[in-house]
Amino acid sequence: MSVMDAHAGEGEHAPRGITRWLYTTNHKDIGILYMVFGIAMFLVGGLLAMLIRAELLTPTMRIMHPELFNQVISVHGLVMVFGALMPLTAGMANYLIPLMIGAPDMALPRMNNWSFWLLPPAAILLVMPWLLNLFGIGTGTLDTGWTMYAPLSIQSGPGMDFAIFAIFLLGLSSTLFSINVIVTVLNTRAPGMTMHKLPLFVWSWLWTALLLIAVFPALIAASVMLLADRHFGTHFFSAAGGGDPVLWVHMFWFFGHPEVYILLLPTAGILPQILATFARKPIFGYNMQVYSFGAISLLSVVVWAHHMYTSGLPAAANLYFMFATMAISVPVSILFFCWFGTIWRGAMTFETPMLFSLGYIVLFGIGGLTGLILSDAAADQQYHGSYFVVAHFHYTLFGGPILGVIAAIYYYLPKLTGRMYSEKLGRWHFWLTVAAFNLTFFPQFLLGIDGMPRRIPDYALKFAHLNMASSIGAFFLGASQLLFLYNIIRTAAGWGKPATGRVWEGAEGLEFTVSSPPPYHTFASPPVIR
Amino acid sequence: MNTGAHAEKGGYFVPSPSPFPITLSVGLFFLCLGGALLVNGSAAGPWAAAVGAAIMVFGIVAWFGAVIRESRAGVYHKQEARSFRLGMWWFIISEALFFASLFGVLFYERVIAVPWLASFSAHFTPWVGFKAAWPTSGPAGASFRVVNPWGIPALNTLILLTSASTVTGGHDLLMKGDRRTATHLVGLTILLGLAFLGMQAREFYDAYTTLHLTLHSGVYGATFYILTGFHALHVTIGLVMLSVIFGRLTRGHFGPGDHFGFQAVSWYWHFVDVVWLILFVFVYWL
Ligand SMILES: [Cu+2]
Repeated sequence: MSVMDAHAGEGEHAPRGITRWLYTTNHKDIGILYMVFGIAMFLVGGLLAMLIRAELLTPTMRIMHPELFNQVISVHGLVMVFGALMPLTAGMANYLIPLMIGAPDMALPRMNNWSFWLLPPAAILLVMPWLLNLFGIGTGTLDTGWTMYAPLSIQSGPGMDFAIFAIFLLGLSSTLFSINVIVTVLNTRAPGMTMHKLPLFVWSWLWTALLLIAVFPALIAASVMLLADRHFGTHFFSAAGGGDPVLWVHMFWFFGHPEVYILLLPTAGILPQILATFARKPIFGYNMQVYSFGAISLLSVVVWAHHMYTSGLPAAANLYFMFATMAISVPVSILFFCWFGTIWRGAMTFETPMLFSLGYIVLFGIGGLTGLILSDAAADQQYHGSYFVVAHFHYTLFGGPILGVIAAIYYYLPKLTGRMYSEKLGRWHFWLTVAAFNLTFFPQFLLGIDGMPRRIPDYALKFAHLNMASSIGAFFLGASQLLFLYNIIRTAAGWGKPATGRVWEGAEGLEFTVSSPPPYHTFASPPVIR
Repeated sequence: MNTGAHAEKGGYFVPSPSPFPITLSVGLFFLCLGGALLVNGSAAGPWAAAVGAAIMVFGIVAWFGAVIRESRAGVYHKQEARSFRLGMWWFIISEALFFASLFGVLFYERVIAVPWLASFSAHFTPWVGFKAAWPTSGPAGASFRVVNPWGIPALNTLILLTSASTVTGGHDLLMKGDRRTATHLVGLTILLGLAFLGMQAREFYDAYTTLHLTLHSGVYGATFYILTGFHALHVTIGLVMLSVIFGRLTRGHFGPGDHFGFQAVSWYWHFVDVVWLILFVFVYWL
């Protein structure tokens, strides 16, 4: 598609001072806030991961009590999912969707501000029990793992209540933002930007928003019930009153499984665009990818109990959830096929975003294939709760969404800042990340097959070598992200070469028709789309 | 209130920077902090929650005040109105899914969990002799009696159905230009809503004192109070919104072409009504 209007002279300057960021109704500002928050939380979650791997470096308890270890793994999970990945993809949506569809802003700009500013309070609530604990109040933060299974979460200390209230805020934030995305896409597209012309990223976020609205209410309801069981004497999750702890697990995973696709879909939407740019070819299979997003989303809400094969469900239920789960591999495979089709015989160059995108395909592919192993209800009796699961979901979530977000940041950083990042540092970042990632997580597959359970601070001697390898990999993985941070900072500080409006030779889309960086307000009068 | 930068250009209205959302966030933070402290018996809890609630009320009033002023100033056109309508629809859908989750809990506990608990062989359960039944307070719960559906609940159904027709009638009359009767009908809707809440409070009081149906009454009491309680909370929210509409009607706001606020509140009230009907059937009756 191409644009006639050059939008010359459009867009006043941004307000100055701190209130610009506190009060802003500008989708670009809010997008940047989301992304900065996401990167900060990525570092916090990463630091916690370093603590976990430092404890697991050798088979002794050396740096923390088991109680603290449990708290660290719980907060690591919650921070990475809700604090890092979701805000990063929401930030991308905020910045890009109005630019991609030729809208002046998000449809409900003040609500947009609110959905971001609900996140820092949630983060503070989550870690506050640690601060209170320093003053001798309470027992620290939640220690149940991010899944918060009852009855453990009913017996857990006051930190659990803080986490429950943090979840309320996160749920409100996600719901409001999802409403905003849906309304923006349905109501503020530029004339001529039909649904069939929507960039795949916008389609992927539309499905993500629908999923969030569909499943987050279940987690909120379950959290309310948990709070009531903890303090108001109800018996939702307690057999003594006729309730059932497995109900929590059902409700958590009814939310939790789609959540994986909520994290994944936005990056699966941006990936084909990056691949097409650097292969200098049009996107292959646009329609099939749109349908696959839909199929993945619909299937994802009916497969949750594949996390529960060992919880004593009837065999018929296990069989159903097994086949339904395996069925998801069909639309996911279609996406892979389309990605290969897009780069097939392309005139490829391997700039950093392209490297991360190809890394995504390989590592997420490994995550997907090991997911097929886990979806087998019979085999899962062996793998359940082992390090195999930990390795699997780090391949899917780090190998997929995190590499995808990194690829997207490199791809759009010149657009956001008007400066090129350092390509040399970017390539170092890629190769170090991929090497260290595999050194960290591949041994965990072997540990899991050998029978090492997850969520333990200490382990049998026979697991020592692989754990040491994994920890050393993790330290390299953590350290190499500092290169990324430095690269972003030096680009934002204006040290790189100036970027053109189109940035990349093969880039397509409305966002590349405006200058780099774009004016503060874009498309106040809609662009004409041919 | 400063209206946004683009209003004059005739494009989509993008409001200028606003302090209200973050004010609301600060209030909500203290409310949640207060809640977490309160349930753990901290003396600071009620204070933090009260401060948070006060900040929130201020933030909401200021925010909606700004929106109403903008609406009166005529900065919203067809496209903005459509955004508000779509936004309200999707908000109601997310609320409906929250209630759907709670109904899911009711069906799960009743159809799956209780029979499952009763099905274990005596070697594998501490609750030997527990028989599956509904209502139940579980193997270790105290006995209780259930609320008679054809008493207060049936009356409340009648009240809510009537209030649904009065609010719709009010909306129709406003569209035809009869503001006076429309205002009266909205006022009547508020009175009916208050009557509903009063009856509901009376029912809870009776349940606690004479039926011994409490939050502690096992899984029946838990599902009963969470469903009816959250419904009553939504009726309360609906009443606050109706009161704002009532006040705006008496000040001459809204006309046949400008009635989004009224329409949104009317939708919300119908949503609360539908939830009640499902609740009456599955919680009280069956
Ligand atoms: Cu899953």
